[in-house]
Amino acid sequence: MISLLTYAVIILGIIAIVQLARVFELTGELKGRKEWEISEKDNSTQANLWLWFGIILFILFGWLVVEYGDSAQPNGSLHGVAYDNLLMVNFAIVVFVFLLVNAVLFYFAWKYKRDANRVPEYFTHSTKLEMIWTIVPSIVMAGIIIYGILFWYETIMTKPSEDAIAIELYSKQFDWTARYGGKDNQVGSANVRLIEGANFLGIDVEDPSSKDDIIIKGEFHIPVNKEISFQLRSQDVLHGAYMPNFRMQINTVPGQMTRFHFTPNKTTKQQREELDNPDFHYVLLCNKICGSAHYNMQMNIIVETEEEYNKWLGEQQDFMAQVPELFENNNEKLMAEKK
Amino acid sequence: MSTETQANAEHHAHEEHHHEETFITKYIFSQDHKMISKQFLLTGMFMAVIGMIMSTLFRMQLGWQGESFKVFSWLLGDRWAPDGVMDSNIYLALVTIHGTIMVFFLLTAGLSGTFANFLIPLQIGARDMASGFLNMLSYWFFFLSSCIMFGSIFIETGPASGGWTIYPPLSALPEAMPGSGLGMTLWLLSMTLFVVSSLLGGLNYVVTIINLRTKGMSMLRLPLSIWALFVTAILGVLSFPVLVSAVLLLMADRLLGTSFYLSDIFINGQVLDFHGGSPILYEHLFWFLGHPEVYIVLLPALGLSSEIIATNSRKPIFGYRAMVGSILAIGFLSFIVWGHHMFMTGMNPFLGAVFTFTTLLIAIPSAVKAFNYITTLWKGNIVYTPAMLFAVAMVSTFVTGGVTGIILADSALDIAIHDTLFVTAHFHVVMGLSSVMAMFGGVYHWFPKMYGRMMNTKLGYAHFWLTFVAAYGVFFPMHFTGIMGVPRRYYTNSEFPMFDAALPLDLIISMFAILGAFAQVIFFFNFFYSIFRGQKAIQNPWRANTLEWTTPVIPGHGNWPGELPVVHRWAYDYSKPGKPEDFVVQTVPLEDGEEDGGGH
Repeated sequence: MISLLTYAVIILGIIAIVQLARVFELTGELKGRKEWEISEKDNSTQANLWLWFGIILFILFGWLVVEYGDSAQPNGSLHGVAYDNLLMVNFAIVVFVFLLVNAVLFYFAWKYKRDANRVPEYFTHSTKLEMIWTIVPSIVMAGIIIYGILFWYETIMTKPSEDAIAIELYSKQFDWTARYGGKDNQVGSANVRLIEGANFLGIDVEDPSSKDDIIIKGEFHIPVNKEISFQLRSQDVLHGAYMPNFRMQINTVPGQMTRFHFTPNKTTKQQREELDNPDFHYVLLCNKICGSAHYNMQMNIIVETEEEYNKWLGEQQDFMAQVPELFENNNEKLMAEKK
Repeated sequence: MSTETQANAEHHAHEEHHHEETFITKYIFSQDHKMISKQFLLTGMFMAVIGMIMSTLFRMQLGWQGESFKVFSWLLGDRWAPDGVMDSNIYLALVTIHGTIMVFFLLTAGLSGTFANFLIPLQIGARDMASGFLNMLSYWFFFLSSCIMFGSIFIETGPASGGWTIYPPLSALPEAMPGSGLGMTLWLLSMTLFVVSSLLGGLNYVVTIINLRTKGMSMLRLPLSIWALFVTAILGVLSFPVLVSAVLLLMADRLLGTSFYLSDIFINGQVLDFHGGSPILYEHLFWFLGHPEVYIVLLPALGLSSEIIATNSRKPIFGYRAMVGSILAIGFLSFIVWGHHMFMTGMNPFLGAVFTFTTLLIAIPSAVKAFNYITTLWKGNIVYTPAMLFAVAMVSTFVTGGVTGIILADSALDIAIHDTLFVTAHFHVVMGLSSVMAMFGGVYHWFPKMYGRMMNTKLGYAHFWLTFVAAYGVFFPMHFTGIMGVPRRYYTNSEFPMFDAALPLDLIISMFAILGAFAQVIFFFNFFYSIFRGQKAIQNPWRANTLEWTTPVIPGHGNWPGELPVVHRWAYDYSKPGKPEDFVVQTVPLEDGEEDGGGH
């Protein structure tokens, strides 16, 4: 019944618009109005509307800034502090230009409406003015480029240190798996062609460094203030490893390894206290369209102190302990080959 | 100028009086650029309605996440909306086809196809396009392409749903999602035909502008609309073939088992036999078209707005040569910035730094354009026709969307906001809204020349303000959800408590989207009503200088009944001191000692 009413209202609304238009049309014709002649009244109404539009737009912009201006996810990484500064500086410039240019535009749109007493200036060009608005943006852009590229260089183009904790993030439709390097801090080699039964990551059992790897599903832990070096793989399609809190993101690409590294600087517990939100979680989510459950491909990350982290890691079984038969089979195979 | 071609065209025009055209040759397989232009416009409008309905549907899902709607079961059926709740696969399909339709079918073919076809011969003083036949083919390839794209919506497994960029392997593997089955094949087929259409059209535009300018129409007397359409056509001719190659290789991967883009894939419990390909290769090929494509969409908008703003400010466009220079600069730079779409794809980060540099350079010619528009308004005598409202709105959205581009061009800042709704908001404002605004402006401005009648001004005002308010209402808050980190193409963000703050904004965005969609009813009514019942137009209703207004009210085949007009001055002599009227048509000879082109 309600839906029927809704349809009726919509249809009636459209009919009303159509009728209204016809009324406009007919009265216009009666008055001898010509569509190409814009009356003074109409023209100044439109000009005033520009001014009102500008004012309301800026007020609502202000409201959005007050209400949502600091809604970026709380930062939890060392380089994130510098990132947030870079973003702030850029935003300051961008918002200033947005406000200034739009304000001038709306003001001119209102101020220079047709006026019988004004003779428009035959002003075709001014090399001086054009130089100003070529050179000033060039200088600003140069600053933005240099600042941005320096940060990019320090964050993305540098290699992680030797003792950074090695973790592999493995993506497939629609979940994540983390694999730690284990005691040797080296993630063993792997290939999707080796996937079989319990070896769902396709780990190469012949690689000695894969024995002590630790495979984690659900949520993974990392220690605070220690550099973490991630390598990322994908099993099927492109995915995007996105950790908004750590200001970090890279796609995972089938057939290719991608990497990033960062240092978390706040534990989950600290963050919860600061935000007064006991449910806070650092999250890894997928940020490259990957199929029907793309919107829910997530994994929690726990950042904790080094002691807590070591304790947690010690409780985890390594790969060889989880699937000993894989290694036994491999040993038998090796023996057979030797004979 | 090729005098032979011109003579032929004139000969052709004279012949017109002798043999009557049939309905089929006049309205369907027409070779007249004006009819082809209207065909592009109507087809583009039809596709735009589809794209708009799709966006309304997925905005309803995002505004009221997981709610059941009658209209979902009505339009999507039980398969895609069981109990009226939208399925996540069809959500992705809607997003994908909405993007494809809006970028290619509306803002490439619809915009360039309409206005390049309509304005190039009329504004350069030619009888028709260089090749009417190729021009006709261009439309019919586009029509075919539109039919296939439209038809793909109705197939059982749904249309393509890997995003409008259709990155493999998602788009290459039918196992990966339902939309990568037949729907994807049709998408690829449709886009191949689309590129054929766009190449035929583009070559024609370039050749026509170079060869068929009338006497006196030197390159630096061309209206800016023609300059923009000229550079647009060159960009299209150079970049669309790359899309074809990307699409053909993808088809080969899908159908012939090649491994251009695929390698080491395990899906549905088995390893696929692909070795050594790379999806990143596809991304490079796609964006080598994809970025010039942004300017293929945007430059005509800038060109049309230049005409509308100068005419209705009753002032010469400010800095004509700088405007031409910036169009050329933007066109050139657009070819060396594609990598900024790929900062986070695993591309070598050194390239990221290079592309940051080249991309930010585009801000300079763009700034010149924006300031020149504003200076044109300064001390003008602005007449607010509906077209003028849209043109001024275009300047606003171009600035508002352009400045956020500065943030996204910075590879360093992309680390946290790449692929979030901030990106969606940015490109919708700078490319989508600017082009749509200019396209509306163009339709209102040139409607009298197209149909010989006027559109209703009051309805135009209502349409404009509702559209403009809705446009800012949709995309302004979206920047803030992007800053929160809400990814694009998420069916719902309620799986993440951290995005709860975005939900009220999602609701606001969706309500404005629905308002904006309804506002278009006014436009469609006005458009179709005015074609048949609108007030009869006069020859030069906007008192403009360019050549199209020297034709009869409804130009016939061949455009000018007698000799072709001869051009004596640039297109922007508005309010020139010492002239009886505040406009001087380009065909009026220069007086003794009078300088042309504002002293250039």
